[in-house]
Amino acid sequence: MNILTLLVVIPILTIISILFTKDLKGARVVSAVGMGIQLVVAAVLLFMYLGARQTGNMHEMLFTADYTWFKSLNIHYSIGVDGIAVAMICLTAIVTFAGIFASWEMAYLSREFFVLLILLATAVYGFFISLDLFTMFLFYELALIPMYPLIGIWGSGPKEKSAMKLTLMLMAGSALIMVGIFGLYYNSAPNGGPLTFNIIEISKIIIPEKTQMFFFPFAFVGFGILGALFPFHTWSPDGHASAPTAVSMLHAGVLMKLGGYGCFRVAMFLMPQAANSMAWIFIILTSISVVYGAFGAIWQKDLKFINAYSSVSHCGLVIFALLMMNQTAMDGAILQMISHGLMTALFFALIGMIYGRTHTRNVTEMGGLMKVIPFLAVVYMIAGFASLGLPGLSGFVAEMTVFVGAFQHQDMFHRVVTVIACSSIVITAVYILRVVGMMLLGPIKDPHHEHLEDAKWYEKLSTVTLLVSVAAVGIAPLWLSEVISGSLKPIVDKLAAVIPF
Amino acid sequence: MRQELLLIIAAVVILIAEIATPDEKKGRIIPFSLGLFVLVTAIGFIPGQEGTLFGGAYQSTQLTMFMKNVLNLAVLIVFFQAESWLKKPQNLDKISEYFILTISTLIGMNFMVSAGDFLTFYLGLETATIPIAGLAAFDKYKSESAEAGIKLILSSALSSGILLFGLSMIYGATGSIYFADVATKITPTPIIALGFIFFVAGMGFKISLVPFHFWTADVYEGAPINVTSYLSVVSKGAAAFIFTIVLFTVFKSIVTLWQPLIYTIAVATMTLANLFALRQNNIKRFLAFSSIAQAGFILLGILGAGDLGMTAVVYFVLVYVFTNLGAFGVVSAIYDASGVETISGYNGLYKTNPNLSLVMTLSLFSLAGIPPVAGFFGKFFLFTSAAGAGYYILVLIAVLNATISLYYYLKVVKAMFIDPNDQPIPTFRSSMAMRIALVVCAAGVFFVGFASGIFEYIRSISQMFLN
Repeated sequence: MNILTLLVVIPILTIISILFTKDLKGARVVSAVGMGIQLVVAAVLLFMYLGARQTGNMHEMLFTADYTWFKSLNIHYSIGVDGIAVAMICLTAIVTFAGIFASWEMAYLSREFFVLLILLATAVYGFFISLDLFTMFLFYELALIPMYPLIGIWGSGPKEKSAMKLTLMLMAGSALIMVGIFGLYYNSAPNGGPLTFNIIEISKIIIPEKTQMFFFPFAFVGFGILGALFPFHTWSPDGHASAPTAVSMLHAGVLMKLGGYGCFRVAMFLMPQAANSMAWIFIILTSISVVYGAFGAIWQKDLKFINAYSSVSHCGLVIFALLMMNQTAMDGAILQMISHGLMTALFFALIGMIYGRTHTRNVTEMGGLMKVIPFLAVVYMIAGFASLGLPGLSGFVAEMTVFVGAFQHQDMFHRVVTVIACSSIVITAVYILRVVGMMLLGPIKDPHHEHLEDAKWYEKLSTVTLLVSVAAVGIAPLWLSEVISGSLKPIVDKLAAVIPF
Repeated sequence: MRQELLLIIAAVVILIAEIATPDEKKGRIIPFSLGLFVLVTAIGFIPGQEGTLFGGAYQSTQLTMFMKNVLNLAVLIVFFQAESWLKKPQNLDKISEYFILTISTLIGMNFMVSAGDFLTFYLGLETATIPIAGLAAFDKYKSESAEAGIKLILSSALSSGILLFGLSMIYGATGSIYFADVATKITPTPIIALGFIFFVAGMGFKISLVPFHFWTADVYEGAPINVTSYLSVVSKGAAAFIFTIVLFTVFKSIVTLWQPLIYTIAVATMTLANLFALRQNNIKRFLAFSSIAQAGFILLGILGAGDLGMTAVVYFVLVYVFTNLGAFGVVSAIYDASGVETISGYNGLYKTNPNLSLVMTLSLFSLAGIPPVAGFFGKFFLFTSAAGAGYYILVLIAVLNATISLYYYLKVVKAMFIDPNDQPIPTFRSSMAMRIALVVCAAGVFFVGFASGIFEYIRSISQMFLN
């Protein structure tokens, strides 16, 4: 069996096995084993990919397979990965694995919880391996819908409202995507012949610019909503704040990346001229996202809200970098996706663990946690440093690359927006250090917090997995960069062909 | 002709069985009729001959036979779902009436689908409509049911009148009632346009399109659930079939005339029905408005005039059969067991009846068009068809409407899974027949989408039909 199909089959088999378990213990063990195997498969895929590239296999997509599904509409189950997709798959595998251990004590309806969580992951894998817009869209929508029960049933706070808001906004986004996909499909054969949903096929033809200008906004904004594009980001703080720990991790860590990935793989790659003409609108919007998200985080007291707004800011930076449309910046965008995915998952995991002990997420009610739960506190601090861009951790590598790439543009407009976006680094430092100072250092504010238990083994496993990945990206970024940049080249070339740069 | 003859035989046999059964053993008619209808449905799937009869008044093609099979299948599921309801003491004396009336309407629908001229079409339509009024008033001691019957018969009579008025204009302008003749002689003149508008208005009543939908909610609410499900699936499906056939064959040459009209009706139907559905608490009214909205989506397939549009409509109705009957089956099972038919009454259902909740969720997701269930594929192909004709904005409106519809479908899911309830519906076990029906629906919802062969088959017979 094709290794990529395996990536979808393993989670499905895991789900089926969970249905046969009786209680929490069975469900979590089965999930952990399934997602552990998945992690191994993802690692194997990574090495196979690097090996194939070293032997000089320079096809755009590797490990491809193609089965006709709906023949008369030319819909295929067509799969294949390039370096970017491989990186995303590895990210998903790591975050899902950590997420299972972060929800080790999920007592209420535990089987259903793990089934839905893994269903979400299945859809994400399916999305990243798809080369056919139809299956890509199918997996995209499939990834959105489990969020509703996951937040609605296991969430906290105004969970029903947040779940509904999130689901409806993202579904409205997918409505836009659908129009974009139809536009691509019906313009995929300008010289006659069968229409196609295949991304690689469509990328070979040039769609008339007028058509591109009509459909690009649909596809881009549609995916952008999931990427927390201002002003469509409002689902994100509410949703993330209400979601249970593992769901926040997976959603902010992986699912939001679907938005960024779709933005360039579908919208920009297939409609480069329109992307070039309209980039300025979205660059302005994403600059606002970056700065606004960071400022938003400063004013929040709830840890999850802080992190949710910080996600808006960081994900804004992803799309910002993509729109710079040069090799360095786009390289940075992918790095930022991975870096943010790992960091934010780590943050949400830690927040869940701290909340489980202190029963509050309000920063002002906590203090001196370093003294009672040193392990979690130290990890939180390191995650914070990664988020504000300390060299040696993933955040620095990603943001540095993004801003260097953005500065390669010589004109005034790009310079100004880059400077504005750069300022977010400072603002990020403010809210991260503020939380660290208030919550982890100083005297213990609440006497109940004096006898908290530090991380259990599964919590350590969950956080250490993510922490090691964050550090690995930070220490050896070139290795990851190598995986990505080769695959970015065809995309950048296609963009460069239309951009006077 | 085979399917019609089989149905007539079935109706007559049930009538004889009714006479031959002593009063205290009337209950036996149920399994007998179910078995008989299983046989009728199965025979329908044996490949049959194409051709025309009665000088072109009746036509049989692979496509019409497939449509009839879809309707048969739907009725079969409805029958299975009705079993435990019919067994109730107040219905024991009218079991055979239920079967005979339903089969009669089905015969009418079969003739309607196979019509080759407007006369057969109209006769089929009337045969299909009048017995439904009797069915809607089946709980004759309940005032709502009687009201539903009266509302249905009055609005049907009115719509039939309007339809006939329109047909008379078309006859006056073209001098023929045969589909083939009319198709060649039709030109976009004012009289044809007027006739066509009346025709659409008449059909709009049957398919319950906005603004001709006012009877729907009251009738659906008042009629017994198993009649409501029949109305919303079989009756609507058959009307959608014939509407599509007539538009694609008879009115093919004035396509530019009817597309703006259908466009407007589609937007109005989807949007208004969705907005009304948001406010419902009675599950039957809720499903009524939801089914009106679904009819709006069907119009998108019709707009993409061509074999893809035809395929999308037929495929969607097939999906809709499993989907909507799945939802109605659960509603019916719950009503039979506990008498609850409000959405808030479903609170906490997952705790006590997890399987029913899951079937309901699957059906609702399918209605909302969520992958990977069949509804997603059905909607996707309808939208593909409309986008193929260049209606991108309409597709956007439709998909946004699907998002709105997701809101109210999720409200039911929320009631079942999230909302707490001190006294949820107690755990119960529904009858064997009901469980078979629900499993069939769930399997259909799950697998019809993946099985691309079904879609390809419908596509090939649609191409054959239109050429």
